[in-house]
Amino acid sequence: MMQDWANLAIETATRRGASYADVRVMDIRHREISTKNGEVGTLLESESLGIGIRVIASGAWGFSSTDRLTREGVQECAAEAVAIAKASALAKRENVALVPEQTHVDTWQNPFLKDPFRIPVERQIDLLLAADKEMRRVKGVTVAEGSMSFRRIDQLFASSAGSSIHQIKMQSGAGIVATSFAGSEIQKRSYPNSFGGQHMLAGYELIESLDLVGNAPRIAEECVALHSAAQCPEGQKTIILGSSQLGLQIHESIGHPIELDRVLGMEANFAGMSFLTTEKLRHLKYGSDIVNVVADARLEHGPGLGTFAYDDEGVPAQCTPIITNGLFTGYLSSRETAASIGEKRSGGTMRCESWNRLPMIRMTNISINPGTWKYDDLIADTDDAILMETNRSWSIDDKRYHFQFSTEIGWEIKGGKKGRMIKHPSYSGITTEFWNSCDAICSRDYWTLWGTPNCGKGQPQQVMGTGHGAAPARFRNVKVGIAFAK
Amino acid sequence: MPNKNPKSTQAELERIAEKILKLSEADETEVDVSSTTDALTRFANNTIHQNVAEHTLGISVRAVVDGRTARAGTNKTDDESLRRVAASAVSLARNEPENPDLLPMLKSQKYQKVARFFASTAGTTPEDRARAVTRVCKMADKKKQTAAGIFASGSSQSVMANSRGLFAHYEQTRAEFSVTILEANSSGWAKSNSPDVHKIDPEALAEKASDTAAGSRQPREISAGRYTTILSPSAVLDLVGFLFYDFAGTAVLDKRSCLTGRMGKKVFGENITIWDDVYHPLQSGPAYDGEGLPRQKVLLVDRGVPKNLVYSRATAKKMKTKPTGHGFSLPNEYGEAPMNLVFAGGDKSIDEMVRTTDRGILVTRLWYIREVDPYEKILTGMTRDGTFLIEDGRIAGGIRNFRFNQSAIEMLANVEMLGPAVRAAGEESFEMVVPAMKIRDFHFSEVTKF
Repeated sequence: MMQDWANLAIETATRRGASYADVRVMDIRHREISTKNGEVGTLLESESLGIGIRVIASGAWGFSSTDRLTREGVQECAAEAVAIAKASALAKRENVALVPEQTHVDTWQNPFLKDPFRIPVERQIDLLLAADKEMRRVKGVTVAEGSMSFRRIDQLFASSAGSSIHQIKMQSGAGIVATSFAGSEIQKRSYPNSFGGQHMLAGYELIESLDLVGNAPRIAEECVALHSAAQCPEGQKTIILGSSQLGLQIHESIGHPIELDRVLGMEANFAGMSFLTTEKLRHLKYGSDIVNVVADARLEHGPGLGTFAYDDEGVPAQCTPIITNGLFTGYLSSRETAASIGEKRSGGTMRCESWNRLPMIRMTNISINPGTWKYDDLIADTDDAILMETNRSWSIDDKRYHFQFSTEIGWEIKGGKKGRMIKHPSYSGITTEFWNSCDAICSRDYWTLWGTPNCGKGQPQQVMGTGHGAAPARFRNVKVGIAFAK
Repeated sequence: MPNKNPKSTQAELERIAEKILKLSEADETEVDVSSTTDALTRFANNTIHQNVAEHTLGISVRAVVDGRTARAGTNKTDDESLRRVAASAVSLARNEPENPDLLPMLKSQKYQKVARFFASTAGTTPEDRARAVTRVCKMADKKKQTAAGIFASGSSQSVMANSRGLFAHYEQTRAEFSVTILEANSSGWAKSNSPDVHKIDPEALAEKASDTAAGSRQPREISAGRYTTILSPSAVLDLVGFLFYDFAGTAVLDKRSCLTGRMGKKVFGENITIWDDVYHPLQSGPAYDGEGLPRQKVLLVDRGVPKNLVYSRATAKKMKTKPTGHGFSLPNEYGEAPMNLVFAGGDKSIDEMVRTTDRGILVTRLWYIREVDPYEKILTGMTRDGTFLIEDGRIAGGIRNFRFNQSAIEMLANVEMLGPAVRAAGEESFEMVVPAMKIRDFHFSEVTKF
């Protein structure tokens, strides 16, 4: 049926004058559960089926989408996409050009062991409530929360060039949070990560592997203990970032600036632009020699939120070296933007949130390659530093130069030993100065492929999941503590 | 090709709602059905590079079974799908523990009328938007500048009905124009939105952004520190938007509000008065909340003193007070929030604020604001698209963008002058009616490279 609608849309668009058309038919199922202080908060299941039709007509882009999947509905939608393209041509400077791509006919589904939609809701609620109970056992915890979300995306891509690609992606995620109010402070600890926990292209086996209940007492105790912890000092310090915080650092200060649509000004009005102008490619020393970063959408990189077989304009998943031994070597590109950097083929990074959104350049799995350090050796090798774990706030300028992050918890490192707890840890800096100060990265044993499920971009805004493999890493001479400076 | 007028499908939405109410086997059932048509023309590098439309239908069913409640949604309208969504909500509800806070669904309510649907907005065509964008791009070309932005228009309507006889209907239109004008080392920005497309003047907004870009050329770097700072209404909106959830009864109950221990105390300046008022002529949104309860006008802050919170029905019961019509759709863990903030304004123009400033900063737009400390309400973020130094009562030129770390509570205690309250649009918060503000000792902590 999906193929019939796609064929009808392409045939209608072509008949109306489109020189190119591609279509995404998507059937998305979603389940969301949250708990708070022993009670169920959100309990929701939804489904959404529709078609998005993108065309080039009169040398310009048009897009329309509908969930009216009747012969008349699809034809009207395709005709509207062509009419919109012709309106776009009123402000055209030059014809849209796409780098070539082979046609592909394929099917793919990510591997998973347990379908989360077949696990009884009752069991999923029970797990969250058990973790909730463990957190509330700790005196001083004022709010205990847990959440799970699951998404199954069944999608067909088809194009007027003859591609037909059917993919099914299963995503799962969960996390817990303890909050404590005392005096004039609200402290918070999350597990396994903040802002929704860990999310991957996986089944319910991911949730079972997290051991939410086993970790609940620890984060609750840390949350309460933060009230009496020492304040993060102000000044220049060595810092060690935990792997989830490094994942977000990669997301904000590498993942976004390498988006070629930002570089070319296409996002200037909202998401902003990038300091990584095209003359910097293969010339800029982005980081120190040990910094190697890839954009890898292939399954062999891991089951990340940026893993797929084909992107949403029908280009196969690829691995692009982004930073190679510290040198800036690659962008995230599309069929439209690749030519601007002299590439003959798209990097395969176009994705859309749903059937009613246009595909755009999105991070795939932007990951730092593991280093050689054992974690204990890294701590032992560090004389005076702050270890910062689990993001609490994040902000970066619209060209991705200046950033400031704070984390939920910190630990003083003195004389090679982990010492007292630090509250309100924060650090700030300039992207390239920061990455050039990296002098140690932990090995594969400490590397995690984190999922960021909430990356916003585009107008109308789209929320997308991205993956970030990271291991704990050390940075020298970083400004700390300014977020709380008076 | 005009956007489809949602008025033509109101009967269809009602038919779907009635069908689900009949199909449902729940003790109580609530149905929300909405239909939306949105279109957005996006431009950059002085050309249209994206141009999209969407036609969507949403059906959401809440079932109550034995003191338990859950929600299921679909966009499929065939009989089997409607039967399935109704059954799914019941099945989900049956599988959760009993909810001790759950109240019976509301009976029929009376709503004050709000007129927020404009046929001219619903009828805006891709050609209308493209012509306006073309004029803006040509203006930028002529000035050797580069334009980027959006022109969006759309309409939606929704029906809410429940098995106890509640019925509510709302329709509205939306139009929005946002433009960034770029030069080699500077930029300017302007944005406006309204239910009425005739209230939006794309060329005037582009001229304003163009002047800002031209006026901030060759920005110089000045030291971070505390400065008297003049914030545009959009910049004010983006900051004070972070305070809105603190006025929720649930946030205070959970001790997650910055107002915990501060209600009734003078924490802001005498010149700060804030209401939540969906009926204000510059506001938008339906006259009822997520449960169908009529929204009330609530005085949140009276001359610097936080006076009232807003409450959903369940939160009001827990806190032994009356609901205010600000609850979110059930089930949820957040409770409620004021979504239609209106500030009392003043009578000072931005020009007058500048004239009375010996040394200070004028901010056009803020960006990437995040909460650093929820109780002291310290917010961090960046300035963007036109930041100026003021010296001796005059604009002395553009400066490199700052990072700020500023308490929103302290900021509202340090307001020296207020402009007239206007409907402003930003990026970090929903639209509200806010004034420009001149603020003492605003804390810029670092400076970036452009």
